[in-house]
Parts: sequence; structure tokens; C-alpha cells
Amino acid sequence: MSDDNKETAGPEGPREGGEPREGGARRERVLGTPSPAREKALLAEDDISAPAGVGEQLDEASMKRAERIVATLFMVAFAASVAFIAYFIGWSGRDGGMHGVVRARESNFWLGGTMALSFLAMAAGVTIWVRRLMTSKPIVQERHELAADEDTRAAFAQDFMEGAEDSGITKRPLLRRTLLLAAAPLGLAPLVLLRDLGPLPEKRLRHTYWGEAVKRAKSEGKKGVRLVVDGTHRPLRVSDFASPGSMITVLPEGVEEHVPEDEVLTQNAKAVTILINVPEDRFKPAKGRENWHINGIVAYSKVCTHVGCPAALYEQTTHHILCPCHQSTFDATDAAKVIFGPAARPLPQLPLSVEDGYIIATSDYHEPVGPSFWERG
Amino acid sequence: MSDTTAPKAIEGTLGFIDERLGSTTFFRRNVKKVFPDHWSFMLGEIALYSFVILLLTGTFLTLWFNPSMKEVVYDGSYTKLQGVKMSEAYASTLRISFDVRGGLLMRQIHHWAAILFMASILAHMLRVFFTGAYRKPRELNWIIGINMFMLGMLEGLFGYSLPDDLLSGTGLRITQGVLESIPLVGAYGYMFLFGGEFPGQDIIPRLYMLHILLIPGLILGLVTAHMMIMWHQKHTAMPVKNQTEKKVYGYPFYPVFMAKTGAYFLFVFGVVALLGAFAQINPIWLFGPYDPGAISSGSQPDWYMGPLEGALRIMPNWEISAWGHTVSFNVLIPAAVPLGIIFGGAMAWPFIEAWVTGDKRQHHVNTRPRNAPVRTATGMAAVTFYGLLWLAGANDVLAERFHVSLFATTWFFRVTVILGPILAFIVTKRICLGLQRKDADVIGHGVESGVIMMSPDGRFSERHEAPREEEKIVLLSKENARPEAPARDARGIPAPGAKGPIGHLRSRLNRAWTFDDVPVEEHGHGEHEAIESGSDSEQVKR
Repeated sequence: MSDDNKETAGPEGPREGGEPREGGARRERVLGTPSPAREKALLAEDDISAPAGVGEQLDEASMKRAERIVATLFMVAFAASVAFIAYFIGWSGRDGGMHGVVRARESNFWLGGTMALSFLAMAAGVTIWVRRLMTSKPIVQERHELAADEDTRAAFAQDFMEGAEDSGITKRPLLRRTLLLAAAPLGLAPLVLLRDLGPLPEKRLRHTYWGEAVKRAKSEGKKGVRLVVDGTHRPLRVSDFASPGSMITVLPEGVEEHVPEDEVLTQNAKAVTILINVPEDRFKPAKGRENWHINGIVAYSKVCTHVGCPAALYEQTTHHILCPCHQSTFDATDAAKVIFGPAARPLPQLPLSVEDGYIIATSDYHEPVGPSFWERG
Repeated sequence: MSDTTAPKAIEGTLGFIDERLGSTTFFRRNVKKVFPDHWSFMLGEIALYSFVILLLTGTFLTLWFNPSMKEVVYDGSYTKLQGVKMSEAYASTLRISFDVRGGLLMRQIHHWAAILFMASILAHMLRVFFTGAYRKPRELNWIIGINMFMLGMLEGLFGYSLPDDLLSGTGLRITQGVLESIPLVGAYGYMFLFGGEFPGQDIIPRLYMLHILLIPGLILGLVTAHMMIMWHQKHTAMPVKNQTEKKVYGYPFYPVFMAKTGAYFLFVFGVVALLGAFAQINPIWLFGPYDPGAISSGSQPDWYMGPLEGALRIMPNWEISAWGHTVSFNVLIPAAVPLGIIFGGAMAWPFIEAWVTGDKRQHHVNTRPRNAPVRTATGMAAVTFYGLLWLAGANDVLAERFHVSLFATTWFFRVTVILGPILAFIVTKRICLGLQRKDADVIGHGVESGVIMMSPDGRFSERHEAPREEEKIVLLSKENARPEAPARDARGIPAPGAKGPIGHLRSRLNRAWTFDDVPVEEHGHGEHEAIESGSDSEQVKR
């Protein structure tokens, strides 16, 4: 192609690849085509970006301007910090100090806002200082070999072996072995100390407070323990819970009275139960549990069998019980069997009955509630 | 020798220290230490500064926080909870928020900084992975970093559990369930951690100790080691002009880097202060005190626990009971396997890569992600895996926001968590190879100049120009795959590295690593002329 060759051979002479060219103006750009500069800038962005205008390239006037900008930003930072202190001392303590939501929000905005302004103004100032005023130039340093040379290694190996030899540890196996023997239990000793972190599991995970409550009720000559509503502690009558599709959280009666105060939450955490009124025509009692419900009123453990979140959502139309943590879904009409999600076991069911018009539980759960564990079986 | 002398105060102090510690040699050697520059090198610094902010704000919070589960009746200035029974931990958190001036600000900055801490570690780790900065000699720092991230997860979980509000109590309940699922020792672990049954009276004080003393102590130790190793080994550099394996190019620590990094600390603090002032986070007063029977829907942990939460959600309900024992794979697998694969795989990766490629050299100049397609693709597969699990941790929110069935989202994630990473691997590898081809093209044929030339016979062609020097250095930083010695020589004798099933596997993997590599190299002078003349190769032939 003669045309192209001509240009290469032109008066400018052949250009070598690495040579800087005569600047951008040497060739007209065709309108509508991407700028050669743009393409290059994208690919060959100079990586060293710190002080953009290394000091000496800047004229005194622009450095003065930069200096004024930086100083202004530092003044802003100063003013913001002063405002922070002034607000704290002068305003946040008025009328006896901060109280409640409104004042907390106000003080949060003022203290946080002035603090942020102070930090950011100072940060911007220092950054501009670095980029516009510092005259340091990039420098080059050697990367040293990290590993030691052969001689050093050999010398160390020799010193090490010499030391071992001198100490006698290689020559006297009896010393070596008894030392190891002495050290081994020393490592285990601290682990033994951790034993009293907590009680052994024993049968703790197998029963709930329902069992104890039923036993106490029976000793008082009753058939079982009443269910009380979580929060109000009001015993629940069958008539109170007559509308199908309703759901409520219940606990055994007497936790507050008979359990030491600091254990109430722990007992409730295991005994917490949901009571659901499933329409009787939809309810399918499980085998052997035909008399565990009261015309469709049924009680399941609220502790999800997956990892123990409260299975608290009940969908009236589908009669699904849903755990909001990981979406295990149980069928309230069918012994709380799992129909979706990561839980493997149905929610345990609490045997119910009626006594004097009150809903009662006649025994503890027949299986451990909550997440599975190794000994569960 | 400069004839300027330092001011007397500095001279005197330095002299005092030097005469006792001999420190001037150290200062002299390090004061102008070169720091190579790239925006992505600042990601780790965000993590460092977030950690400093966490220590500062955390110390402030300990002055009022009362890590006790003793039940009290609230009588503070937040009227909506007055008369409500709650633990002292929760009551004191309310006090910090509503009665201590600046308390809410410090709480919010602390929480935001924790979120930023973890996010910036992750971003930093991704940068290190995709640029190959973890390669020898930096494997130790890579492993230290991963350990810090894992400790950060634990630290965060314990931290947001301390206020003993409804949300954090639910998190502890899940922790208990996961602990219980461990075969053999699960129930014991549960009893020993909680000092009895959930929630008991001991867990908050114990978490408090772990959160403010043990774990931050460990992280501080690792941070120190991380920084010292980095300082000693010198930072890696990007494959740009002036950077070589032997020499590092950049601005000196003092004054440039020092000032920049100082400003960066102020920026980080400024941004979290801004967030703490204007973006509400963890409003525990809205959640109420912990009640084991209550829960709110849309319960989500902090973002870094998301993948664990997601894995728990999408796991099928496998559990076996035999011979009087139960193993809950539905809890064990999601709790251990996904993050085990990610963190274990990440820790082993530098060694696996060195084994596969046979590359035992020291590397100080990073690789462009495209130039290590298998690494980049594996990284993207891991990102996809992690990202999908993370999204699955919010599937209820997704279902609600996008009006899709909750169960459909679960199934979507069950499928994509397997297929997504595979797809990401393939797509990423193709993109990398395509970019390699583009680089080879730029080196071989030059950059499109946008200048259209007309030949005498009326043909139009675009002029190609040689890339700029800086650009060429970046492109030519690619180390082309070296053909490995054949597994067997001419007489059928296996090469030493390819013996046995392990050696066979290694040579197969090595082939997979290199076989589709696109060489990027300068061609002979003939090609060069073609570039200079602005014609394309087709025209040269004629």
C-alpha cells in the first residue's frame, strides 16, 4: 500500500514505538470517532497519582491558592470542633441534661454533625496539602531478598545443633522423655478448670416446666395445669378461645410464683407454647393423640425444632405455622408436621384437656422440645 | 549531606531515644520507605482505621454498659418502655442511648465502624486475591487476614448480642441451636457456654469479656503482625511502569504517605461519624427487651453473618436418628461447610496454586486478574457462592419486596447456590481470555487510532498505532504460560513431578491452568512496521 508507506517514509522519518510523539496536535481527529487520547488514557493511566502537581511544577500563585484553601479547611475543622464542645457544654445539658428521644436525637445530630464536619474538613485539607503542596518526588528502592544466604543458614544450623548438643537433650533421652511427660498434663490442666462453666446436660433438655407444673397440680388433686396467656398470666377458658383460626402464646400456670426470679426466663424459654384453634373439620389428630385436643384447640411447642427460634407466625387460611428465622413451616392441622424449610421434626404437641372450663395440660411434652442434639435419639 | 539541622526539640528527643535504644538507624532506614501507590491499596487501611475507631468508641461504651442479666424494671427517660422488665444490660444500653450525652452517637459510630471494618476487610481480601498479592512470600499475611475476618465475625456476633434486645437474643438462640447440633459434645458445649440452659444468667457477662478483652486482644495482635510483616516485606506494587520485582517505586513514607494515610484516617472517622449522626442503626429501643417467646419478622443479622443465615435457611431438612443418637445435618452442614469451603479454601489457595503451577518464586508485582484466568474465575465462583448465600439470608425480605413466594426464593437459592458458582467460573474465564486476546491484539496490531485512511484504490482502513509506553508495560506484564515438561519423556519414563496419582493430578491441573493461555508478546520487526504504517495485517500481505 503505497499511500501508507509514503507517510512512514515522510519527512518526519520513521517513528519508533517507544518514542514520545510530537504531541496531540500532530494529526487531525476524524469527527465522530473515539479520541485516541481517551483510549490511551483508559489503558495507560499513570499509576502514580499521589501529589498530582508535584510541587515544583506549580507556580507560586497556585500554591498560594492551595495554601489558602487548606488553611480555610483547617479553620472549618477548628470551628466545628469548637462548636462540638460549645454545644456539649452550653446546650446539651440544659434543663437538667439529656432526656428521652427528642433530646437524644437533637444532641446526636449536633454532636455527630460537628464531629463529622471537623474530621472531614481536616481530612480534605491534608489531602489537598499532599496533592498540591508537597514537593516530594517519587523514589525507587531495592526489594531485598528476604531469605538469608547459604552461609548464614548453615551457621545458624550449626549453632542450633551445637546448642542442642551442649544442653545434652540429644544425648539424654531420659531427660527428654520425662520432660515431655511432665509437660503434657500441664497443657490439659487449664481445660479441667473450665469444667465449672456449666452443669452437665443430664436430662435437662428432655423435659420442660410443664412436667413440674402438672405434677404439682396433680398433687393438689387436679387433672392438670392451667394454661396462662403469655404477658397477662391470665388462665385461659375454652370459651375465651372459641373463635377458629386464632392463635395465642401460653405458658404453664405458676412459673412466676414457684420458680426463682432469675430462672423464670429460662423456664419460659423452654416451656413457651402456641395454642391454636384449628377448625374441627380441618383437624386431623395424630395416632395416639386423639384426645390431646379440645375440638380442634391444639397446643404445640413454640420452640422451633430447627435452631430454636419462636415459631410465631400462624397463617389462618392455610393453618401453617411459620418460623420467621429460617422459614421452617409446619402444618397445624396435621400434628405440626414439617411441610417446608430446614426443620427436620414436627413441633412437639402438648396433651390438652378441659377442667372446670379451663384449658389444661395433662402432662409434659412427650419428647424433647427445641433443636436436635446428639443424645436426643 | 544536608546542612539543615532538625529543630532542637526534635533533635533532643531523638538523641535521648537514640542513646538508649539506638533507634536512629531504624528511623533513618524507614523514614523514606517507599509506598507504591494504587487506590485499591487503601482498602486495608479502611479496616485498620475502623478497628482504631472501634477501640476508641468501644472504650467509651464500657464506661456505662452494665453486662448483667439481672432483671430490673426500667425507669429511664425512654417513656415507652417505662415499667417494663428487662435485663440490666438492656437497661444500661437504653441509658447510653438516651441519658448519656453523645452515647447514642458513640453507639452508632461503633456499630457502623464494625460494619465498615468487616466490609473493608472483605474488599481488601478480594483485591489481594484477584491481583495475586497473596503469593509467596505473602502467604502468612494472607492467612492472618482470613483469621482476622473470622475473628471479626465472632466479635461482631458477640457485640451485637450484648444489648440483650429482642433481635440479639434471637441471634443467641440460633447460636445455641447450632451449638447443640454438634455431634457428641453439642449439649455439653451449650451448657458450658450458657452456664446452664438458655438464656440463663451468664451468657452476657461471658460474651462481654470475650467481646471487649479476648477477641479484640487477638485481633490487635494479628493486626500488629500483619502490619509488621507488610512493612518488612514491602508492599506489593501494581504491574505498571517503574515497578519491577527487584525495585519498588513510589512516594516516600515521610512526608507523603504519612500525610495521606493520616488524612485517610480522618476521612474514615468523618464518614462513620456522619453515619452515626444521621443514619440510624440497631435501634434496640424499638425491638424491646429479650423475650424467648417473641420475635419480629424480618429478623436479620449484621451483613457479615448473612451467608451463615442464608445457608441455614436453604438447607434441606436432613437429619438422621439411629442407635439412640441424632445428627442434624440440616444445621451442621450449613453452619460448617459453606464458610469452611470459603475460608479453608482461601487459606489453602496460595499453596495449591504454587503446587499446581510449580511456581515457587517470590512475587512482588501483582498480576492483572485477566492474566490468571483460573484464579480469577475461582475467585468469582467463590464471590458468587458467598453472595448467593448472603442474599438467601434475606430471602424473606426479598420475597416480600418483590412479591414472590417465599418457598420459591428458597428453591431459587437451593439451585443457584450450586449452579451459580459454576456459571460464574465459566463466564469469568471466558471474559479473562477475551481480555487477554484483546491485549495480544493491542500489542500485536496496535491501538485503533480513530483515523480512517483512504488508499489510492479507494479502500478505507483504520490506522493502528503502537500503544503508549505506559500502556505497553501494563500489557506486557503478563507472564505467558510456560509449557510444562511433558509428563513422560520419549522413552516413556515419567517426569519426577508427574509420578503416581498425585503427580498425575498435578500435571492435569497444571494443564487446566495453562492450556488456553493467550500469549501477549511483541512480535518481530515486520509486524512493527505494519503498525507504524497504519495498515492492518491483511493489507500487509498484499
